[in-house]
Amino acid sequence: MVPVEYYIILSAILFSIGVAGVVFRRNPLVIFMSIELMLNAANLAIVAFSSVLNSFSGQIFVFFVIAVAAAEVAVGLALIVEIFKTKHTIDVDQLNSMKG
Amino acid sequence: MHLSETVNSGFFFLAPWLVFAPVIGLLINIIFGGWFMKRSWGERAVGVVASLASGASFVVSVLLAWSLAAGHGEAVIVPFLEWIHIGSLELDWAFRVDSLSTTMMLVVSGVGTLIHIYAIGYMHEDVRFKGDPGRFRRFFVFLNLFIAMMMILVSGDSYLMLFVGWEGVGLCSFLLIGFWYDMDTLGRPSWANSNAAKKAFVTNRVGDFGFLIAAFIMFWAFGSFQFDEVFEAAHSVAPGVIVAITLFMLVGVAGKSAQIPLYVWLPDAMAGPTPVSALIHAATMVTAGVYLITRSAELYTLVPQAQYIVAMTGAITALFAATIAVGQYDIKKVLAYSTISQLGFMVAAVGMGAFVAGMFHLVTHAFFKALLFLSAGSVILGLERGHHHAEHGHHEEHGKGKTKSPKGEKEGKRKEEHHEVFDPGDMRNMGGLRKTMPVTFWLYMIGTLALAGIVPFAGFWSKDEILLDASRHYPAVYILLSIAAFFTAFYMGRQIWMVFFGEPRHEAAAHAEESKPIITAPLMVLAALSLLGGALNLPFEGFHQLGHWLEYTLHEVEALPLDLQVAGISTLLALAAIFLSWLIYGRNPLKTGQPDPLKKPLGFIFTGMENKWFVDEGYFAVIINPFKKLSQFLADVIDWRFWHDWFHDTVIAGTYNWVSNIGLNLYADQKGIDAFANWLGAATQSISATMRKVQNGFVRSYALSVLLGVVLIVGYLILK
Repeated sequence: MVPVEYYIILSAILFSIGVAGVVFRRNPLVIFMSIELMLNAANLAIVAFSSVLNSFSGQIFVFFVIAVAAAEVAVGLALIVEIFKTKHTIDVDQLNSMKG
Repeated sequence: MHLSETVNSGFFFLAPWLVFAPVIGLLINIIFGGWFMKRSWGERAVGVVASLASGASFVVSVLLAWSLAAGHGEAVIVPFLEWIHIGSLELDWAFRVDSLSTTMMLVVSGVGTLIHIYAIGYMHEDVRFKGDPGRFRRFFVFLNLFIAMMMILVSGDSYLMLFVGWEGVGLCSFLLIGFWYDMDTLGRPSWANSNAAKKAFVTNRVGDFGFLIAAFIMFWAFGSFQFDEVFEAAHSVAPGVIVAITLFMLVGVAGKSAQIPLYVWLPDAMAGPTPVSALIHAATMVTAGVYLITRSAELYTLVPQAQYIVAMTGAITALFAATIAVGQYDIKKVLAYSTISQLGFMVAAVGMGAFVAGMFHLVTHAFFKALLFLSAGSVILGLERGHHHAEHGHHEEHGKGKTKSPKGEKEGKRKEEHHEVFDPGDMRNMGGLRKTMPVTFWLYMIGTLALAGIVPFAGFWSKDEILLDASRHYPAVYILLSIAAFFTAFYMGRQIWMVFFGEPRHEAAAHAEESKPIITAPLMVLAALSLLGGALNLPFEGFHQLGHWLEYTLHEVEALPLDLQVAGISTLLALAAIFLSWLIYGRNPLKTGQPDPLKKPLGFIFTGMENKWFVDEGYFAVIINPFKKLSQFLADVIDWRFWHDWFHDTVIAGTYNWVSNIGLNLYADQKGIDAFANWLGAATQSISATMRKVQNGFVRSYALSVLLGVVLIVGYLILK
């Protein structure tokens, strides 16, 4: 079979790419996509381990993560729409009115 | 019950009343006197209370003497109260009734009572002449206090109680000399009288210091102050100790009994009213020193060296004072120096061991000196009355008198509208008083003859006994005393001629009035005593009453019979002196303003006599002024300038101020603590200014921070 290390390495790479996306991109939609990528990377890691440990609780947990991700995106997109209504831009760098 | 039985059981229990009768008298006058004085009979009441108190003391003295005689003269000690009981130290107040103390008691209270009565009349006039009738009561309070204190002195059973009385009479002397404390003798506002009182007190203090040293040595050597115990222990101790005790006691005697060198207070003490001069400074207080030596006879007889010193002190004082008396113009000053001289006689007598002669002279001197002083008081009052009459026309009416007088126009007495200063005591203002004041004249004559020592007056017998004893044992003393006796007769003669004979030298003398009976009656009693007092101790076989009486106490009494040679020489000297004084003063009586006839022939000697041989000036120059300079130096330079100004203000206050202002305020507080606190605030501000930059509002930078944190934590957990 495919050794579990490959799955973990893939998950790590995906997670890193997701982190890079969150940190380096200015478009919130891309940031959310990157967050999704991070979450999915985590899911991949959980599923891989659950198959190795022959435990279903991991896979059940993945369901929760997916549901939470979806809800979170929904809320986030709604926020972005509102922000756009006021600021007419979705560049996160422009959201700096709470600076000290 | 026979009187003798009562007497045998004795009236000794009455002894405390000697002291407490006058105390009660003075308390009554203090408490009720103010109320009395508001009534018209007030002065009489005050005077009567005081005289009765003194009289009661006299009655008790008589009873005590009677009881003592009935008991064959054995000394009786009447314990009174426990005073100091500390551990094994027991000092009590007990009364000693023996022949010596009863003699003193009788003299003090007897003469004292007569003087109280006299003083009622005298002070009545004097307070009006001086312008302060309200002070009348105070006088009698002080007089009673004096009698009480003197009684404590003579009736004490120990040197301690004697000293209590000694100090007490010194206090009363101060109070009474300074009775007119805000004036001088002429009634002008001045410090003079209070200075005289101060001088008396301070000089007495020097004497008291000597007495105290003697008492301390006594206590250290014998462990007791009580007479019997001291005299018993004295025989078993080194003579040097006794010499020390006796000589220090002599210092005390020199102070109290006005011997050289501490006599200087007595002439100034004439600033007090005349009854004071008579009682305290003639008859009683000044004799306390003579009493002290007589009481300590057992100590003195153990040390002939000390006795010689005492005798010579007395003799030299007698002569010295007599010479000064010749040059005095104030009637009371002559008598004051005469007193010092006669005290010299007494001290010389007791110094020679002739204690009976000394005590005899003490008694007779009390009589005739009191008589002389009181008569002088009568003369002074007479002149005051005359002065008033002359200036104001008639009695009780005070108008503006424009009388020209030899003394010229000067500031007048206070509260009166006089235009000149008139000294009623100055003999140069007197003259011819025998015509205007005959009673006083005869009384004065009796006193003078007694003092001069003319037979058969009292003074002759007592002085003669002293001279007799001196001629036998101490020839130097005999010569000095004989010369002093010559001078005595001379200056008294001078006084008689100047005061009573010739023509009045001042209007006041011309208008002088005789005194009232309340003044002259006590004087007549004293005159009788001066005339008959010699009977106390006639130097013939079977007499010597006083000698026998004192023998009970003194144990060793040399009863010398009359020596016609000595008596003859002394009488001749006295008569020659009186004749000489007549030649100079009596034959050509002085005129107004004429200088003393002795001035030219004696020149600087007379100036010396007139100015009391400059002794006071000497004391001022050698002792008092350097002392004042020293005390001024200590006070001004050392205390104020050095201690206060420099040390306190500059050093201490300056240091404190520097520490607090500069040290603490500037360096510690401002530069130290404030700087630190301010730095904290500034540091916080700068840090926060830096840290604030983290909050830049960039979401991505926040995300980066989160990422970094996660990496760190996970890394730590993995690598741990």
